[in-house]
Amino acid sequence: MAMTRSRARALLLTPAGLWYAAMLLLPLAVVLIFSFGERSQIGGYAPGFTLEQYANLPARFAAFRNTLTLAPLGTLASLLIAYPLAYYLAVKVTPKWKTMLLVLVIVPFWTSILIRSYAWIFLLGGKGIPAFLAMFGLEDVRLLNTPFAVLVGIVYGYLPLMVFPIYVALEKLDKRLLEAAADLGTPPWRAFLQITLPLSMPGVLTGSMLVFILLMGEFLIPSILGGGKVFFVGNALVDLFLQSRNWPFGSAVAVGLVLVMLVTVGLYTRAAKRFGAGRDDAALM
Amino acid sequence: MERAASMHVRPEETVAEFVGATKRYGEVLAADRIDLRIRRGEFLSFLGPSGCGKTTALRMLAGFETPTDGTVLIDGQDVSAVPAHRRPVNMVFQHYALFPHMTVEENVGYGLRQRRPRLSRREIGDKVAKALATVRLDAFGPRRIWEMSGGQQQRVALARAIVNEPKILLLDEPMAALDAKLRGEMQRELLDLQRQLGITFVLVTHDQEEALAMSDRICIMGKGRIAQIGSPQELYDRPATRYVADFVGKANILSARIVARAGGTAQAVLGNGAAVTVADAPGDARGEAEIAVRPEALSLAPSGEAPGPGVAAVAATVTHRTFLGDHTEYLLDAPGVGALQVNVPRQAERVPGGHGMGASVHVIWPEGAGLVLAAG
Ligand SMILES: Nc1ncnc2c1ncn2[C@@H]1O[C@H](COP(=O)(O)OP(=O)(O)O)[C@@H](O)[C@H]1O
Ligand SMILES: [Mg+2]
Repeated sequence: MAMTRSRARALLLTPAGLWYAAMLLLPLAVVLIFSFGERSQIGGYAPGFTLEQYANLPARFAAFRNTLTLAPLGTLASLLIAYPLAYYLAVKVTPKWKTMLLVLVIVPFWTSILIRSYAWIFLLGGKGIPAFLAMFGLEDVRLLNTPFAVLVGIVYGYLPLMVFPIYVALEKLDKRLLEAAADLGTPPWRAFLQITLPLSMPGVLTGSMLVFILLMGEFLIPSILGGGKVFFVGNALVDLFLQSRNWPFGSAVAVGLVLVMLVTVGLYTRAAKRFGAGRDDAALM
Repeated sequence: MERAASMHVRPEETVAEFVGATKRYGEVLAADRIDLRIRRGEFLSFLGPSGCGKTTALRMLAGFETPTDGTVLIDGQDVSAVPAHRRPVNMVFQHYALFPHMTVEENVGYGLRQRRPRLSRREIGDKVAKALATVRLDAFGPRRIWEMSGGQQQRVALARAIVNEPKILLLDEPMAALDAKLRGEMQRELLDLQRQLGITFVLVTHDQEEALAMSDRICIMGKGRIAQIGSPQELYDRPATRYVADFVGKANILSARIVARAGGTAQAVLGNGAAVTVADAPGDARGEAEIAVRPEALSLAPSGEAPGPGVAAVAATVTHRTFLGDHTEYLLDAPGVGALQVNVPRQAERVPGGHGMGASVHVIWPEGAGLVLAAG
């Protein structure tokens, strides 16, 4: 009986297991093997075992530094803008307008981020916002090709990913809890801090995680709005794999990124768990 | 405790008052010109079917709804414009509305932590412990809300409200989610608690038994209006209208012709010509009226037996009988009168084993049983 049960379970898990192996472990193993190899004369990979590629990693320090500052910063900026928006959508808007406004949040996703980022080149470029600022005497403001431009692009591109999880968390928040808080003597602003904010944390954590992880691999926005001056690890990878065809070094950079991601996401989840112990279950009630 | 003492000094003092309080939601008139004085220390219930405006009335008192018209007073002060968080009342919500991200004791202490100037931690801790002891949850302070059963959650909600020593405790169908056995227990506990604390309780319920069992006074509501206010006995014995007679307990409601009235009694002739003497409705002068009589006020005799003098008898046939142990419920068909229900206590059965299905009987209507209902 127990045998057949466990066999059935094994059978059921096989597709998922195969998928996992094929999509995740196999590519990772290839990258890992490449990273210990050498660049062949004509580019690409030549077998070998050397730590040379890893020793060269500091050459790409700037990419790691940019990623590790702009990704958290971008996540934070998205969060600060997304929360009020999600709150407004979930709590303040009448049902009639809600659907329309929600659709408006998604609409930008219907065109490629590439095209939308080009729109920002115009807005942030000489004839855009800087020209507008010049009318008020603020001459020579340079926005394009700065970290700020990349940040703007990030917030713009990733906002919906942050808005939706927070919206969902706020939407399912039981409004009677706020009445209970008021009944017990809490003015509205304090009820927000004591009830709404903590109970929407699962949404905040999900949104932040989503945006942060995707940002760590970002390369389009920095290459368009950073003008080659502000580049991420993602740009380094594009460069190494597609341009200079230095696959082993590219693989080492990729492994480095995975490790950095594992560490930061690990730390983040630990902090989040400690902060919101049991909150996930609580919010389900 | 001091409050309980003062209650005996001025038992009729008004703690809160509705004056023409009206609440409209667009087209819906949820509360319609409610006039009501709530006495300090009493246990008052709003009773009525779902949608009749009970919760709306309670929410106007709590401060979650502002009356469209009229006012609400607490301790003589017009609080119509005072927000909920500044009113000296607390509520036990229908589904408890406990804070899921806080422990039991954090929930209970929540109201105390909102006080400005702040209470000391120690004082809060003491009060919380006392409130938890009052609802017999002493050991549950550190528990999470979802680790508590429905009955326990209800106690937490109760403790969270009473710990603030409100002037009025508002309870919105607090027992609706509990199973029948637990509900009975909880009703007794609530009553004990009310006596012990001396706080005014205002309960909303659609369960007439609950209202009858617990209340000093019941305010029966229908379509946003107050239908009748009175003690459970008054409402049961003297329902003013058909609506109240139907809602509180079981009643036979019959059309009758009023042929004479004097000294608070009326002579009514039923559809089959039988004349009965019933209590009159005050100030009534109609010739046609509905009269109500409780099933236990009537009795049954075999049709062969002659009724005694001064006792009206209505010929009827038994159509259903339900043996309920201590009494039997008979459903009868009385030609010219209609369907009647009569409850006969076991010791009062005139025939061994009770009357059978289809038996011809006389429904005995003692003098003074039943009353004339006011129109509406
Ligand atoms: N916020 C609201 N918006 C619109 N209609 C409401 C609202 N609250 C209650 N009502 C309506 O008012 C009436 C009375 O409701 P309520 O006081 O909740 O009744 P009860 O508690 O007796 O069941 C109902 O018809 C209900 O649909
Ligand atoms: Mg209700």
